[in-house]
Amino acid sequence: MDNKNVITGINGPVVTITDTDAFSMLEMVYVGDERLIGEVIDITDKKTTVQVYEDTTGLKPGDIVEGTHSPMGILLGPGIMDNIFDGIGRPLKAIEEISGAFISRGAAVSSLDENRLWNVQLCVKAGDKLSGGSIYATCEETEIIQHRCIVPPDLSGIVESVMPDGQYKVNDTVAVLKDNNGVRHNLTLCHYWPIRTPRPVKKRLPATIPLVTGQRVIDTLLPIAKGGSAAIPGGFGTGKTMTQHQLAKWCDADIIVYIGCGERGNEMSQVLSEFSELIDPKSNRPMTDRTVLIANTSNMPVAAREASIYTGITIAEYYRDMGYDVAIMADSTSRWAEALREISGRLEEMPAEEGFPAYLPSRLSEFYERAGRVKVLSGKEGSVTIIGAVSPQGADFSEPVTQNTKRFTRCFWALDKSLAYARHYPAINWMTSYSEYFSDLDNWFATNYGEDFIRLRQSVNYLLHEEDRLMEIVKLIGSDVLPDDQKLIIEVARVIRVGFLQQNAFHQEDTYVPLEKQKKMMHVIIHLYQKAKVLVSTSIPISRITQTGLFDKLTKMKYDIPNDRLDMFDDYIEQIDTALASISHI
Amino acid sequence: MIIDYLGVKEINGSLIVLDGIKNASYEEIVDINLDNGTSRRGRIVQIDGERIVVEVFEGTRSISLNNTKTRLLGRPMEMPLSPEILGRVFNGAGKPIDGLGDIFPHKRMNINGTPINPVSRTYPHNFINTGISTIDTLITLIRGQKLPIFSGSGMRHNELAVQIIRQAKLSDDEQQNFCVVFAAMGVKNDVAEYFRKSFEDSGVLQKVVMFLNLSNDPIIERTLTPRCALTAAEYLAFEMDMHVLVIMTDITSYAEAVREFSSSKGEIPSRKGYPGYLYSDLASLYERAGMIKGHKGSVTQIPILTMPNDDITHPVPDLTGYITEGQIVLDRSLEGQGIYPPVGVLPSLSRLMKDGIGEGFTREDHAPLANQLFAAYAKVMDARLLASVIGEDELSAIDKKYLQFGREFESVFVNQGLTDNRSINDSLNLGWKLISLLPRSELDRIDDALLDKYYVNNDCE
Repeated sequence: MDNKNVITGINGPVVTITDTDAFSMLEMVYVGDERLIGEVIDITDKKTTVQVYEDTTGLKPGDIVEGTHSPMGILLGPGIMDNIFDGIGRPLKAIEEISGAFISRGAAVSSLDENRLWNVQLCVKAGDKLSGGSIYATCEETEIIQHRCIVPPDLSGIVESVMPDGQYKVNDTVAVLKDNNGVRHNLTLCHYWPIRTPRPVKKRLPATIPLVTGQRVIDTLLPIAKGGSAAIPGGFGTGKTMTQHQLAKWCDADIIVYIGCGERGNEMSQVLSEFSELIDPKSNRPMTDRTVLIANTSNMPVAAREASIYTGITIAEYYRDMGYDVAIMADSTSRWAEALREISGRLEEMPAEEGFPAYLPSRLSEFYERAGRVKVLSGKEGSVTIIGAVSPQGADFSEPVTQNTKRFTRCFWALDKSLAYARHYPAINWMTSYSEYFSDLDNWFATNYGEDFIRLRQSVNYLLHEEDRLMEIVKLIGSDVLPDDQKLIIEVARVIRVGFLQQNAFHQEDTYVPLEKQKKMMHVIIHLYQKAKVLVSTSIPISRITQTGLFDKLTKMKYDIPNDRLDMFDDYIEQIDTALASISHI
Repeated sequence: MIIDYLGVKEINGSLIVLDGIKNASYEEIVDINLDNGTSRRGRIVQIDGERIVVEVFEGTRSISLNNTKTRLLGRPMEMPLSPEILGRVFNGAGKPIDGLGDIFPHKRMNINGTPINPVSRTYPHNFINTGISTIDTLITLIRGQKLPIFSGSGMRHNELAVQIIRQAKLSDDEQQNFCVVFAAMGVKNDVAEYFRKSFEDSGVLQKVVMFLNLSNDPIIERTLTPRCALTAAEYLAFEMDMHVLVIMTDITSYAEAVREFSSSKGEIPSRKGYPGYLYSDLASLYERAGMIKGHKGSVTQIPILTMPNDDITHPVPDLTGYITEGQIVLDRSLEGQGIYPPVGVLPSLSRLMKDGIGEGFTREDHAPLANQLFAAYAKVMDARLLASVIGEDELSAIDKKYLQFGREFESVFVNQGLTDNRSINDSLNLGWKLISLLPRSELDRIDDALLDKYYVNNDCE
């Protein structure tokens, strides 16, 4: 067989090889003289099909295809954090050193910097029994992330020898493990893992802790759990990327994996520059210290775009296995689905809906099921939360990617064009969005922020739904004819919409709001509503109440009350009471 | 050894199939010599063993199964480049057609380009003053951005593009380094002539590279036109350190050419018959805008597309909007009222705007004012809707104010005429004048300090 596996056909990123049995399914291969990276995606007795992760211009029939005998994978170890990779896990900075500002083909670079020395502490001794997932060494990967080297999940045995603490490179052996069959394995700081295989866990845990994002509309009305999954569908310009940036910046996960899957290059450079300047309030370190970026922009090869999602989630699972809470931002899963469609078309498979392959739903569900809060093999707890943006064609939510994503995620944050047009951001439509995590999370909210948090949320929800119903009438006959109690609902709902749900990402105080302040804001608004409702019921005209300027004041409280001056809310309550009391006394 | 292959095996639309070809490489360029002495160019688009599929740029008319000799050139499609391309006119496939002879190349570049490494990009934040109020204030154009104009047949998008070129040039302090690459795809001769004449009138013709694929030119060439143009643009920007503005019109014709080519290859169509890879294909054009670390130049793109039936959900505008950094949407009802430029403000957007405006770039009140104008104008739409149901007289006082604001906004702010060049300060002040038609309590997007400074009190009225 040697060296006889040659290309016979080429069609875009898809290459075929005839009459060979040398390859296995999903094996990684090198194609042609430039050694382009590819993956075997189809095997028949006549021909083997390979998708190539790089531009295939210039390939010829007769060029050699060389197998690697292992599936497409990524080397996991220290050096991943604060780095930026392409879709198949090659660091873009290393590629830049090789080929300059434009990406050339066949750049063979390892995902980890193999020459960098890490300050390693060993935490096992000879004779210790280790199993898959056990931590045997740690090092400081960035100032806030401690990297814990874990035994590959499929390996276990007894430590035979250990090196002393000190400086090591990723490929240096720091311990030797002897497995049950007497075979010795060298433990380095890194190991290889196939990206399409989920990393095993000990046990799945219920999703009972919220991922606090500091975004009011999400935390109060549409919360997501750590280990949960959410979809953000929206047409172009509705702020998907903006919402994901906000979540990546402020959510309380330990680690963020941001996958730019088939999106804009300038956006990735924005993330790079913005995150390195932004200081994480909790750790006082740049955001990049806890962020991994996967950038496979829309003009980079389409097959690598398909792989980028798996590269991202594999990295996330790896850090989860160290006991971290990880959040993945996948922007955008539609581009990934389109990559599937494009490859499928080149394979001449029978299309299902809108040209998408019939296996689209199963691929989506496989991906979202890799989210979860778990007990990892070493017994620690960790989680992977997936937040996937969806870009529906023509902003039509009935298209296959949106519909199938809806089935496999439990949060649905639908972005709305008309809100975006009015520059109401985040443009999450509170009527069509939903979260299924309420019942799982209520306990946590009640314990940490009191029962009244839930009660206030329900009141806010009630007012918004009432307003929606009333607006149907207003649209037909104007608001003047409504009775005063209904006008009051409309006024208060306006405060909720503008003063509470709308949040300014560029405002220093408003970009992140702690839960305590969110609760107090709801409290003040509902307080005003209840007091005013009493007045209205005693036939005091609503115009008298609006004249007090209280509604405008509450609309601006998000700017006026700094996040560290929550005592000011008491003044607001007092002002409401005195102002309304003065009306009722006249 | 150069081999000529005799005859072809199949002809289908603009594709020909040849058999028994050895050593062909993917995307290689071939010359097809006809018996009548003419020659055409083609590109290998599929290889299956010794059978290859070639797209013929000039079309397959009068090719028969046995009147051709095909020669493989052994290289992908390249564009010869030198600083002399400025002021020249090329056809859609990059051949000079102005009768001034071939380009003596400094360099040849593959027209497909290679993706810019995201870590090598500089995030763009230099504001381009176009002198058009709606664009500068609400949809700010940034150097290195790709900002398409979504238009429809019969609207004045060409005038707008020309006005942007003319006025952006004047305000540019590095005028020396400014140039324009113009790619016409499937447009009428008059349109191309209009652009040429406008370039001449505004004295930039020597700074323009034109690529013309008119509506009666071969369709397959149309798929090359933007690639040739962008290759020229990248060369000028990143080798010659120039600020390049690329105008591409009309992207819809381009996409239709891609569709035609795809269907003749027998590919599985997705929406409206466009191939599933239209997104990737368009992205491979639009993503070639930007700035690169260590280079002074930039590529800014203003693609123009006509939305069939003014439908923004049509695949071409839809996919474009997902790739580009915003869009300028033209509105037929404004056009009908004689308002120029007919920019439909609400669906328009500039994604890079937020980091290129405000203190140090334009003025500290820019962002909140823009926000408030958008919010207020959105309310105007609601009020109009209500007025159309219950009549204007029945509206509340505040809704009437909104209607008045809406009228003024359209007739003074949006409407500005072909030659009116407004500075950013003028535009912002005008915005304040208009927003002050509304009571101060309605302005919930602007904080009090700015309101104190800029809000125009109309109490005396």
